[in-house]
Amino acid sequence: MDLQTFWFCVLGLLLAGYAVLDGYDLGVGLLYPLAKDDTERRVLMNSIAPLWDGNEVWLVAFGASLFAAFPDVYAAVFSGFYIPFMLLLLALIMRASSMEFRGKHPSETWRRFWDRSLFASSLGASVLYGVAAGNMIAGVPVDSERYLVCGFFDLLGPFPLLTGLLTTCLFAMHGACYLCLKTEGPLHHRIHAWRGKALLAFLALFLTVLVMMLSQDASAASHLRERPFVGTFAAVGVLLTASTFLAARAGHHTRALASSSLIVLLCVGVFCGSLYPDLAPSSLDQAWSLDIWNSSSSPGTLRIMAVVALLGLPLAGAYSAFMHLVFRGKVKLDETSY
Amino acid sequence: MMLDAAFLSRLQFAMTIMFHYLFPPLTIGLALLMVAMEWLHLRTGDKLYASMTRFWARIFAVNFAMGVATGITMEFQFGTNWAAYARFVGDVFGPALAAEGILAFFLESCFLGVLLFGWNRVPPRVHFLCTVMVALGSVISAFLITAANSWQQTPAGHVLVGTGPYMKAQMADFFAMVFSPSSLSRFAHVLMGCCVQGSFVVMGVCSYYLLRGRHVDFAKKCFPLALGLGLASTTAMLITGHRSAVVMAQYQPAKAAALEGLYESTDRAGLPLIGFPDSEARTLRYKIEIPGLLTWLIHGSKGGRVQGLNEFPREDWPPVFLAFQVYHAMLGLGTAFICWTLLNGLLLWRGTLFSSKLVLMGNLAAALGPYLANQFGWAAAELGRQPWTVYGVLRTQDSVSAVVPASHVLGSLLLFGLLYLALFCVWLFVMADKIEHGPEDAPPEPLAAPAGGA
Repeated sequence: MDLQTFWFCVLGLLLAGYAVLDGYDLGVGLLYPLAKDDTERRVLMNSIAPLWDGNEVWLVAFGASLFAAFPDVYAAVFSGFYIPFMLLLLALIMRASSMEFRGKHPSETWRRFWDRSLFASSLGASVLYGVAAGNMIAGVPVDSERYLVCGFFDLLGPFPLLTGLLTTCLFAMHGACYLCLKTEGPLHHRIHAWRGKALLAFLALFLTVLVMMLSQDASAASHLRERPFVGTFAAVGVLLTASTFLAARAGHHTRALASSSLIVLLCVGVFCGSLYPDLAPSSLDQAWSLDIWNSSSSPGTLRIMAVVALLGLPLAGAYSAFMHLVFRGKVKLDETSY
Repeated sequence: MMLDAAFLSRLQFAMTIMFHYLFPPLTIGLALLMVAMEWLHLRTGDKLYASMTRFWARIFAVNFAMGVATGITMEFQFGTNWAAYARFVGDVFGPALAAEGILAFFLESCFLGVLLFGWNRVPPRVHFLCTVMVALGSVISAFLITAANSWQQTPAGHVLVGTGPYMKAQMADFFAMVFSPSSLSRFAHVLMGCCVQGSFVVMGVCSYYLLRGRHVDFAKKCFPLALGLGLASTTAMLITGHRSAVVMAQYQPAKAAALEGLYESTDRAGLPLIGFPDSEARTLRYKIEIPGLLTWLIHGSKGGRVQGLNEFPREDWPPVFLAFQVYHAMLGLGTAFICWTLLNGLLLWRGTLFSSKLVLMGNLAAALGPYLANQFGWAAAELGRQPWTVYGVLRTQDSVSAVVPASHVLGSLLLFGLLYLALFCVWLFVMADKIEHGPEDAPPEPLAAPAGGA
């Protein structure tokens, strides 16, 4: 494996870590309206309060690693997606603030404001991730200067909107699996009932997106067509959805969460697998596409950063595992809770 | 037209980084103090140290969350607004950011959850270890981000490859980049700035309780800890600041000249205390200076050439007036901090501090000082680096994203302006509320019944 491919895999790993971990806490934000009173809302909030920051950090590491390993892609995509990324920042800032500030004051108006803001920002971030991913797969207007020039509304084609919906549905389903593990009583039953529907909706959207991907003409889709993966992806998707469904119905919540995590991994796999070896396939001219070789940092940088990643990422995984181990089990509100 | 995308992007970067930098110095300083408090609790078994750690952990949490929320903006902006810069430096500057993310942020963020919410879930020693990890993570992060910025100030360990718009800096020596000439002295200076901010805020809050006659035992025990750190760090600022200035004079002479308002090169340069640089007339007006001191500080002897701005082309000058003023405001504040902590120390030693209303009230105001000094210091560092993003290598004008129209930047600037203003008000309100509520005088029993939320 060459250094560029290694770094593509590291980025895939960071993205996968982010999607699985922050995916469930974005999902909790999406399911927030299912809580009926202040105590239930606090249970939902506190199911992720100690964890969300450690989860979101995977995104920060992903962004910075993209900058280090493939600076041209970081520069082109971040400046080309200026408005969506500013909206994403708005959503991430509001999400952090909602969780931090909601419990700090008992007034009804105060809490209602942060409740709504948590839901809206989780929804906004989930949709934006999906729309961004959809655009990358469909191809983006990378020009001969290796920059990306496009208007905001050009990014909202039917395919990206559908992937936006898919991501939202995926995170909501994943969040429901997580919450079934963390909650009890009527709230648990409400989420449990909701989870089955979310799973079905996810499967329908997932299969639709796969079919639509085959009809895209950008290089990413052609990569996918050339490879015998699509059928496998679809089959694995159906199997995993079924296994999540069965585990959930049998009340094996840990197994259901493990299974839904695999579904998230599958989606990240489809995304990365369809892009490779491109990072930003050009919709204008395939020759202008930014791939892992023409946009990477120098071998020296990739090598030293590989050392950093090989040292740091196992530790990062261990920290995250420790944190989840400390906060395992049902949410119990105490004096340290929000 | 002044309002071009480059100018607006600079304004946005300045605003977002200054707002961001309200939070990390406090959390870094507090983290170190919390390590000391929790360690004292483990050693002495004194419950007061436990409630102290818990109280400051709550203050820490609010500021850390704000730091995280506003920090992501910084991470994104290099790409969104400074795409040409990102492309130019990605090979060299990117690794420093990535190393920060991989080596420091995971450490900080994962253990933070246990620090804040894990009091009843892990044994005290494990909890202490988590506090240490959070502090360690925040210090590593401070080092790597300062190292990245120091590479912009005194670039080293890279070679330039390619031509025209495809020219870029390429890493030649990773460690030479991370330990660029100014890196260690500036990191030490930044870290001391964090310690000053942490200690002054703690001293201010303790003074408030003493003046109000509330949580008096808490305040009397907490104050000396903070004062100890304050005394050590304000004094150390003098050394680290001096060291940074010497490195700056050597590697960034135009920046040094601008910060000192020195237009004409001389062998006997004075150190101005105040003044009004007039770049049209090329002279420092209304100055009060200590003759010969600048030369002595830089060269360690009575004679030695100090370069003035006239030696550099006009287009390579930083904005002299503003850079001079913020730099000297920082110097003045730093000097005042040393005197102020010495006064506090003297009174504490004589046993009259806690009844001296005037000094305690002074401590309330003093808590704001490091906020200003840290902002001024960074403003001086970044203004002084102009007109370059990478000193002597890449100009700020050539660093901006060409594809982002000015109107979009104006929109995001307004968005961040309003959002941050609102968040600032919320933060003030919550901080005031937390401080007013104060520490629990008796540490709560484990798993006490919740009363409407913490």
